[in-house]
Amino acid sequence: MTFGSGAMTNSINEIPDSKVLFIIGSNPTEAHPIIGTKMKQAVARGAKVVAVDPRRTEMADVADVWLRLRPGTDIALINGIMNIILANGWEDKKFIAERTEGFDQLRAQVAKFPPEVVSKITGVPVDQLIEAARIYATAESAQIFYTLGITEHIYGTDNVMILADLSMLTGNVGKENSGVNPLRGQNNVQGACDMGALPDVLPGYQKVTSPTARAKFEAAWDVPIKSESGLMLPDMIEAAFDHEVRAMYIMGEDPVLTDADANHVREALETLDFLVVQNIFLSETAKLADVVLPAGSFAEKDGTFTNTERRVQRVNKAIEPIGQARADWQIICDLATRMGYPFAYASPADVMQEIASLTPQYAGITFERLGRKGLQWPVPDAEHPGTKFLHEGKFARGKGLFMAIEYQVPDEPPDEEYPLLLSTGRRLSHYNISTRYSEALDSYAPEELAELNPEDAERLGIKDGERVKVASRRGALETKVRITDRVLPGMLWMSFHYKESPANVLTNAASDKVTKTYEYKVCGVKVSKVI
Amino acid sequence: MEWITLTIDGRTVTVPKGTTVLEACRMNEIPIPTLCHDPELSSYGSCRLCIVEIEGMRNLPPSCVTQATQGMVVRTQTTKVRDSRKTILELLVANHPLDCMTCQKMGDCDLAKYAYEYRVTGELFKGGERRHLPLDDSNPFILRDANKCILCGKCVRACEEVQGRSVLDFSFRGFHAQVGPAFNLPYSESECVFCGSCVSVCPVGALTEKKMVGQGRPWEVEKVQTTCPFCGTGCNFDLNVKDGKVIGVTSNPEAPVNGKALCVKGRFGMDLIHNSERLTTPLIKKDGEFVEATWDEAMDLVAQKLGEVKQEHGADAISVLSSARCTNEENFLMQKLARAVIGTNNIDHCART
Ligand code: SF4
Ligand code: SF4
Ligand code: SF4
Ligand code: FES
Repeated sequence: MTFGSGAMTNSINEIPDSKVLFIIGSNPTEAHPIIGTKMKQAVARGAKVVAVDPRRTEMADVADVWLRLRPGTDIALINGIMNIILANGWEDKKFIAERTEGFDQLRAQVAKFPPEVVSKITGVPVDQLIEAARIYATAESAQIFYTLGITEHIYGTDNVMILADLSMLTGNVGKENSGVNPLRGQNNVQGACDMGALPDVLPGYQKVTSPTARAKFEAAWDVPIKSESGLMLPDMIEAAFDHEVRAMYIMGEDPVLTDADANHVREALETLDFLVVQNIFLSETAKLADVVLPAGSFAEKDGTFTNTERRVQRVNKAIEPIGQARADWQIICDLATRMGYPFAYASPADVMQEIASLTPQYAGITFERLGRKGLQWPVPDAEHPGTKFLHEGKFARGKGLFMAIEYQVPDEPPDEEYPLLLSTGRRLSHYNISTRYSEALDSYAPEELAELNPEDAERLGIKDGERVKVASRRGALETKVRITDRVLPGMLWMSFHYKESPANVLTNAASDKVTKTYEYKVCGVKVSKVI
Repeated sequence: MEWITLTIDGRTVTVPKGTTVLEACRMNEIPIPTLCHDPELSSYGSCRLCIVEIEGMRNLPPSCVTQATQGMVVRTQTTKVRDSRKTILELLVANHPLDCMTCQKMGDCDLAKYAYEYRVTGELFKGGERRHLPLDDSNPFILRDANKCILCGKCVRACEEVQGRSVLDFSFRGFHAQVGPAFNLPYSESECVFCGSCVSVCPVGALTEKKMVGQGRPWEVEKVQTTCPFCGTGCNFDLNVKDGKVIGVTSNPEAPVNGKALCVKGRFGMDLIHNSERLTTPLIKKDGEFVEATWDEAMDLVAQKLGEVKQEHGADAISVLSSARCTNEENFLMQKLARAVIGTNNIDHCART
């Protein structure tokens, strides 16, 4: 966006040599364990760490400064840090002059956030804010890492842009060990976006609204392509509810369990005339389907995944599909053919050929070239060795654009009726819900343990390991609790891995105005003991 | 880069300055046995199996911690070197259970490999005291048999240097020395996060993957490198396949992102592939109940129904949800299906995270 692309700017193997790690809203040792271990290696080599998280994570424990902000106050915090940087003259004047625009607006905006005000909003002491600003701004190089904690808010897009501002202000971008790095959660969320599994862009982020982009694909596919963007998932759910969408085809996902306000999602899907679900298990969503198609697991097919550092890597078929299951790509090809548009690909390598011919970032990629090491996009041609870090010397959009970002409050802050703030996330031993199907992993972490601060526990008369009822405006569930100061007073933390205590019946479906990412991180709940 | 030249077993070799004698040998395919060395870890020089003879040095220095220098003359296979290595191996074997027949590590065990190569007899130190320590069977992932531990310390370094945890350490001294979680706790009671890095470096059967016990011998297993489906880090590893079944995961040192390191999900979560709840046949719902169907029935029905909806309500009355767990190729095909076949831009995938 600000730089003109939404991917990790640096590489995972740069992490151990980092000088400063600024980790915000991200719990890498649990959500991206190997990235977490690389961060710990950096710490062992003397890197400084600034951790920004309401919850005491492992990185918060090893951080030089841990900014324990109130959930949802990230924008105020970063504005405050930029205010301190400017007040001390720690900004990179040369970088700002040569490679950016919009600095004056930023300065005016940031002026509204003096440290004392920010401290009040965020609950972080002023001296910690100053120390964090100093560590980040005066480092020879510094990397920012963020994940769900940043994007899963109604203003998630703003959160991302303001981090870009921070990096440009200090010139910490576009070189080795310096950049802004989203740690993407699901294994191939990067690839799904790259491939245009989005309503507004074709593969390679080419806009469906652009006549030239459409012309290119229309020529290749020999059909007209609609010029208006389609529906994003939350809008699909609403449209299904309103009978505007009549049929859905869902591959590999379980929105009933993973999407915010799960009861509403379920109702919407039940309203459809026709629902097809393709999955390796009979998921909660599949149970609602009219037709269920058994898919092959990743071990049963060839293909590629693109990781969070833009590395396209091979997935290699190890076994034949179980029972009559079929690889997803084969099922899609079969359906297209039956619907009168033959997809005659002999193999995923064949599909990659077409991808490369239409997607500039993947232009030089073939299965053969990927081999055992993969390639990091952009790979513009067949000789190009791939790209370790982005924006060297120049941003994708030319000059980096500073964006003045207003501080906003979460859509549903706690109130009298629902006094606790619920935040959700991932656990180390599980990945969304699919790992629940691993007996080994499941026996190790078989049930939800919602985290509650000792202060609240005492007030509510709840003891460690007891069962509680958690209710929000949308739904209720029961879960066991763990009493711990990992979470702030006034806060409840849950994962979303367990169908026995599906956190997403509670969460708020209000979503970011641009990306429509749900606000999983903040909603009001009340907790009571189960007797 | 500065280069130096030295002689190994009569051969002149040139290597970058700063190379150890062991590395110089390996670069030139001169075999040296090692038990406590791992290229991803710091070197301790404790097992001394990698000893060589170097002109001008009185003792036999361990090659893994000896820097190669200009003009150095190294011999790796003299009688003195071989005899010393054999003695080291005899000592290890004297206090090692010889249940190789049923040991999970058979065929992949460095101690057995070198014992064979050096014709270790087990006679030299016969009758010495042996350890009788209990198995640590306390967790679903890692099986620890301290009787087989040769105290190489690789697991200790892997846990500390790769994983940043320092769960493992040496305890007790002399004959009673052990390596394991601090205070000699079982794994389940330690701070272990079950990344299995320790298992991946253990040269013997002291640490093994519990779920792989009895599932297959190395020579029966085909290893297929692939990319982990559990998070955006994109670790690579080898699926171990026997008779068309994935029996487990082992590290692949070539993996570009992670080397030998993995987390608990990647290393131990793959039993989900053969979970008994896997869908194995298409299902069609009739009167609220799922009924098994053939692919032709199911696919014809889907094509027909989607066709009808498109006909009656237009293409935009259909929405397609692709998946951040599926491959690039599948995502590409799915959006092409939506845009080119159905004729709608209603294509998305779950949670843009
Ligand atoms: S599994 Fe990982 S954390 Fe546990 S002891 Fe082994 S290396 Fe350490
Ligand atoms: S458990 Fe294995 S890796 Fe660890 S010290 Fe013993 S032999 Fe070495
Ligand atoms: S092994 Fe762990 S860290 Fe690596 S990709 Fe898999 S889930 Fe992520
Ligand atoms: S390998 Fe060199 S001393 Fe052990």
